[in-house]
Amino acid sequence: MASITMENLGKVYAGNVRAVTDVNIDIADGEMIVLVGPSGCGKSTLLRMVAGLETITEGTLHIGDRVVNQLEPADRDIAMVFQNYALYPHMTVFNNLAYGLKNRGFKKAEIDRRVKEAAQMLEIGAFLDRKPRQLSGGQRQRVAMGRALVREPAAFLFDEPLSNLDAKLRVQMRVEIRQLQKRLRTTSLYVTHDQLEALTMADRLVVLNGGRIEQIGTPMDVYSHPATTFVAGFIGSPAMNMLPAEYMRGLVSADSLAHLPVKADLIGIRPEDLSLAPAAEDEMSLSGRLMLLEPAGAESHLHLSFEGIKETMVVRLPHVPDVVEGATLTFSIKREKLHPFDVTSGKRVA
Amino acid sequence: MVENNRWGNFFAHLVLIIGVAIVIFPVYVAIIASTHPPGTFIRGVMPLLPGPNALENYKTVIFEGRSRAGTPPISGMLWNSFVMAMAITIGKLSISLLSAFAIVYFRFPFRIFFFWIIFLTLMLPVEVRILPTFQVVADLGMLNSFAGLSIPLIASATATFLFRQFFMTVPEELMEAARVDGAGPMKFFKDILLPLSITNIAALFVIMFIYGWNQYLWPLLITTDPEYYTIVMGIQRMVTGGDSEPLWHLVMATVVLAALPPILVILFMQRLFVKGLTETEK
Amino acid sequence: MQTKRMTFSSSWLPYALLAPQVIITLIFFIWPASQALYQSLLRQDIFGLRTEFVWFANFERLFADPLYLNSMKVTFWFSVGTTLLSMSIALLFAVMVNRMIRSRDSYTTFLVWPYAVAPAIAGVLWWFIFNPSIGIMPYVLDGFGYNWNHRSSGTDAMIMVIIAAAWKQISYNFLFFLAGLQSIPHSLIEAAAIDGASRFKRFWTIVFPLLSPITFFLMVVNIVYAMFDTFGVIHATTEGGPSQATNILVYKVYRDGFVNLNLGSSAAQSVILMAIVVALTVAQFRYIERRVNY
Repeated sequence: MASITMENLGKVYAGNVRAVTDVNIDIADGEMIVLVGPSGCGKSTLLRMVAGLETITEGTLHIGDRVVNQLEPADRDIAMVFQNYALYPHMTVFNNLAYGLKNRGFKKAEIDRRVKEAAQMLEIGAFLDRKPRQLSGGQRQRVAMGRALVREPAAFLFDEPLSNLDAKLRVQMRVEIRQLQKRLRTTSLYVTHDQLEALTMADRLVVLNGGRIEQIGTPMDVYSHPATTFVAGFIGSPAMNMLPAEYMRGLVSADSLAHLPVKADLIGIRPEDLSLAPAAEDEMSLSGRLMLLEPAGAESHLHLSFEGIKETMVVRLPHVPDVVEGATLTFSIKREKLHPFDVTSGKRVA
Repeated sequence: MVENNRWGNFFAHLVLIIGVAIVIFPVYVAIIASTHPPGTFIRGVMPLLPGPNALENYKTVIFEGRSRAGTPPISGMLWNSFVMAMAITIGKLSISLLSAFAIVYFRFPFRIFFFWIIFLTLMLPVEVRILPTFQVVADLGMLNSFAGLSIPLIASATATFLFRQFFMTVPEELMEAARVDGAGPMKFFKDILLPLSITNIAALFVIMFIYGWNQYLWPLLITTDPEYYTIVMGIQRMVTGGDSEPLWHLVMATVVLAALPPILVILFMQRLFVKGLTETEK
Repeated sequence: MQTKRMTFSSSWLPYALLAPQVIITLIFFIWPASQALYQSLLRQDIFGLRTEFVWFANFERLFADPLYLNSMKVTFWFSVGTTLLSMSIALLFAVMVNRMIRSRDSYTTFLVWPYAVAPAIAGVLWWFIFNPSIGIMPYVLDGFGYNWNHRSSGTDAMIMVIIAAAWKQISYNFLFFLAGLQSIPHSLIEAAAIDGASRFKRFWTIVFPLLSPITFFLMVVNIVYAMFDTFGVIHATTEGGPSQATNILVYKVYRDGFVNLNLGSSAAQSVILMAIVVALTVAQFRYIERRVNY
């Protein structure tokens, strides 16, 4: 068990290519941190720097009370679950789990005990004698987890471990990993490009873009107070709508937007914050023309356009409304649900 | 019509059966000749049906040889060929695996330079540097020795390239997982890379064994002591030893014994052989 | 040239791993080759007492020597003959075997094993078959009124060594042609059939052009084989005769250097052979590059 502290971590590859810039994260003992961002944002590089698979070119990394910058992966007391699992194809499941322990000179009895225990926890006890190719995708995933588990490391590192699974299995494994992590209370760093996975699994999530941290916070914090337009667009699905403040001001009476800073020139609106009900006291209303209605069973997505601007808006309703395409609809939204941003800096104002 | 028609198939079978017969014919003739007494070859045309002397002929060549013509019993030559072929094969595989491992899994100064040195061996077959190579081996005192027969032949660009190619297809993460699991380079090589390469090693083994067994010019150059004659070059001594007509029944028995081991290797490991042959040329 | 994304770090291990291969290469390949280059510029008197630096005189002499020019001509015809004979028979077999479904593997088995026969042994086998007094072929040819004797007729001797050399190489060519044929998508053949091409036409307009990279590759490989690997065929049978008719370059370099101990000339011949191998290797690698670009 240990905390992980990243101080001003940076990575510059040969040829002056920058992958990670000035990353500061404190991970508390037992906490699950999810690194999320689009591909190429540096999240995997950062994870591999923690693992020791990439050299750290700037800053300091602590695991527990040690500075581990110069340590080999094997000496950092971490375990890693790889995206393609990286199971040793010629070894049985048992030997896959045992290999790291053998290399560390564990006694046979202890290896047996740990492997059995992990196998039981992950329900792979029946496959211990099989080779990885004889297993299904989900089973392989569990073996990869098992290999990390038996080591009883200070920290787990997960590199998009679910991205090779089908949608159904992904949800199931997501729940299992989170439950397991909560039970074992092992410090974890989890990388994903899937914002839903990030929101559901994290104690805190770190949104990365272009090698820099955009925002760190609890899932609800990041969701309801995105710090930048990038985070606003990346977290939440469908993505947050962005309308020019100038246009909004023209639509509604001046005092409706009076609570927003003058600097705000971009207004963000979550698709699910709009409703078709008439505007109440603390609400404002917004009209647009319905271009397309997408019914999706329990909910529906409405695509709207506005006169005079090219921006469009998506509304998510928890039901399928009885409307026709082409009609002009009026929606209401609580004033406090508007997210004010500054276009030039991309930052949230106030 | 894209499907095969019956006449076409019949014709194809006919061509192939005749073809196979022609391909097999020389060896068939050799086997037949090796079963006849010496008198058969004095006059007339060579026999096409088996004779009665098989056992005797093979016993003669294996255990007695022909002391007058200076050819020793071929049991010794067979053994020499086997030792040479195995030494060449194992030598080539070992040093090529190690070089490929170094080239793929390490970054170090002069890496490309070493790669080109190995590549150069492709362009320098023994045949183009006969005399100076003989000179080197003689200076090193390696004439008439197994070391001389095998070591100069074990450098292999082909095998190094094949293993390099294969190592490049091994997922990156396996090495990373092994490192997280506490395996250093040699441990990774032994525990992960070698077991994964086993099919490639076996396929190359077949090719290299045949290559080693069939060496001709090299043993001819560096062996003068019959103790170290190999079977393939020994045949030449039997054929040209003396001015008289060769003793065909004994020559052919020797030919059969010389050709048999590599042929058996191919027949029993056809799949590996084909894999080895087609992949080394990629 | 690539390595893995992540590599092991050690300042000495990679050198240690490369050492055996590199040391053997330096001692037994590069050093002798450079000696050959150096010696090709020297001339020794007949007693080996005095060595003189003669620049390219050895080469000039070689190219003025009718025996050497003859050897080049012999090598040319031998290589062309071996390559053409072996490749055309192999292609015929491959096309026929490719039609088969159930019997494909059995035919393949029967056709691949000559690969295992050493060139010297292949030579001895055919030498026996063509033996003028007891061989079966001269007997058959006599029936057609042809008096075969490779001991006196240069043409007969050449035909014999070509057949022996080509016979052994059929297996190799066959396997590559078969692999090439099997990699041609069946849909292409079907499309051509729908376009109304006859079977014969389909072969020459679709199949053969698609095989051309492999054909080119095999041509290079077969020429290399005929020029360098067939030493045993010649040495074990005709020994270059009768009257130089089968004295290919590799055999000549061996005779002149190893038997007649003419160092300067032998070295110059080695250098010329090296140039040929380099040219052929470059040709072979251009094929590989082209294939990668597909």
